[in-house]
Amino acid sequence: MNDSVQTTPQERLDALADNLRAQFEQRGCEISTALGEITMVVPREQLIEIATQLHDDELFQFKLLIDICGVDYAGYGSSQWVTKEASATGFGRGVDESECEASESGSDRFAVVYHLLSVTLNHRLRLRTFVETEHPIVDSVIGVWNSSDWFEREAFDMYGILFKGHPDLRRILTDYGFVGHPLRKDFPLSGHVEMRYDPEQRRVIYQPVTIPARTQMPRVIREDHRPLAEEESANV
Amino acid sequence: MSEIQNYTINLGPQHPAAHGVLRLVLEMDGEVIERADPHVGLLHRGTEKLAESKTFNQSIPYMDRLDYMSMMCNEHGYVSSIEKLLGVDVPIRAQYIRVMFDEITRILNHLLWLGTHALDVGAMTVFLYAFREREDLIDCYEAVSGARMHAAYYRVGGVYRDLPDSMPKYEASKFRNAKDLDRLNSNREGSLLDFIEDFANRFPGIVDEYETLLTDNRIWKQRLVDIGVVSPERALQRGFSGPMLRGSGIEWDLRKKQPYAVYDKMDFDIPVGVNGDCYDRYLVRIEEFRQSTRIIKQCVKWLRENPGPVIVEDFKVAPPKRDDMKQNMESLIHHFKLFTEGYSVPAGEAYAAIEAPKGEFGCYVMSDGANKPFRLKIRAPGFVHISAMDEMVKGHMLADVVTVIGTMDVVFGEIDR
Repeated sequence: MNDSVQTTPQERLDALADNLRAQFEQRGCEISTALGEITMVVPREQLIEIATQLHDDELFQFKLLIDICGVDYAGYGSSQWVTKEASATGFGRGVDESECEASESGSDRFAVVYHLLSVTLNHRLRLRTFVETEHPIVDSVIGVWNSSDWFEREAFDMYGILFKGHPDLRRILTDYGFVGHPLRKDFPLSGHVEMRYDPEQRRVIYQPVTIPARTQMPRVIREDHRPLAEEESANV
Repeated sequence: MSEIQNYTINLGPQHPAAHGVLRLVLEMDGEVIERADPHVGLLHRGTEKLAESKTFNQSIPYMDRLDYMSMMCNEHGYVSSIEKLLGVDVPIRAQYIRVMFDEITRILNHLLWLGTHALDVGAMTVFLYAFREREDLIDCYEAVSGARMHAAYYRVGGVYRDLPDSMPKYEASKFRNAKDLDRLNSNREGSLLDFIEDFANRFPGIVDEYETLLTDNRIWKQRLVDIGVVSPERALQRGFSGPMLRGSGIEWDLRKKQPYAVYDKMDFDIPVGVNGDCYDRYLVRIEEFRQSTRIIKQCVKWLRENPGPVIVEDFKVAPPKRDDMKQNMESLIHHFKLFTEGYSVPAGEAYAAIEAPKGEFGCYVMSDGANKPFRLKIRAPGFVHISAMDEMVKGHMLADVVTVIGTMDVVFGEIDR
């Protein structure tokens, strides 16, 4: 523990990256470093094995699971507003409604991202494992970190990703009897149903959404032309 | 003799001790808890989904509404993750202001926790005392941002504006005579910093007051000692952070171990518990009152001596001065683009965590280069803590459930998001 306090964050990061490369690169993991954070893409078949090693190995000691979240990559990098065309033909709010074509992304549409922390060695790691679009199933890490319990329930609730081996995979944040997985990109922001009190039936009822969906500000992707940022990225 | 059977009782979602909308389904054997199943999500507003449909700056006010007892800390976590992606350097004065308000927020949060925890356990007075001091701190929020709770004060690249030179004063009304008015306004004559310094000077004495009410109180100790014991190993397994982890004896504080903003320049200590029970967590948080006060004093001293900018002068992420906007075409364009389209964040992903009053509050932002986040994941400490509810209350009595909810310091804004 004392060693880690005396070393700088950059030294710890480099040491961890080297150790990860030595241990996991030949097993099909991709390790990348950006913005002072290490990301390791793990093949989903080896997730439990690698997670166990990261938890137990003296070199890593990732005893604390900070977070698990699902990610839906559908529509990644899509812009609703084609700036070049809009500028050539004058101003217009050319919002492209075909935003969420879920079928566009390949076979691995979903991913599960794990954030790990070691309180003894004071370093962090991000794991990402891709999940199939049709059968989004991944092994549960609940045996390695008990705290993954609710995180996995949340990822299941929000994205419909199934965690094999989870003892109690129920919905957690959405309403009792909710249909659908709200954080998927093809789920509309306003949802599918709305709730109101019906005075005739004298109870609360569900009905299809009556307000039309609208985009107030389109998604715009612009190149960042600030010279400072470019210089910095060139130096890295 | 009649046969005794297990039965299930439902606590909440509307229960004064549930700290919001927690529904607990408890399986009981007599008065002993066999199993606790917390049902959360009754306050789910889909913050993460909403953030995906809004520009980066438009989501800052949502952060206040997550953990609505530590507003500015949530904002800090959110803006620092975007700053990391953008590569923006925050002016040093803004960093000191952020640290000062993070600590004010910590005291605000712990005051509410102390008041409600004590109220649940049966000590009415502490609640009234704690809210008296909260009032002063909420006035600081109001002075600096205009809002008493949902401040939306932090911005990407700094803070919204510099600290004001005057403190809002109580005004005369038919309910207050001149003598009362003078007393109420006596510490509001100077600037905001004077007011905060005055608060920091008298606050340690007030904490002593709380302690005389609770620390050696026989009933308080009977209700808290040896309740909800968590061993260090279990605390790590359950993903605890903040006072919950420190109460179990693990010395871990992001402000010290992975310093952000200017915490590396601050002189303070991390309190650590020994037994990992509710009483130790109470002591840890009480000590954090004192340590936060120390940090606030250091910030006030520095802020008095060092004027300077409080937000970056990069008009792609921060608005230009209002005067410039009225005079200068370039500034007007910047202003218009920033408030309509926002700024595009380079593609990539970043996780930034801060030591919020309840534990590690982190924001994981994925950007695909657009002006809206592709994915925003909020790591709320309370969500992890309450997931350990079953483990913590198993084998305890029904009345202890209330103590455990109190010691977890749960707020449903962040748990349900």
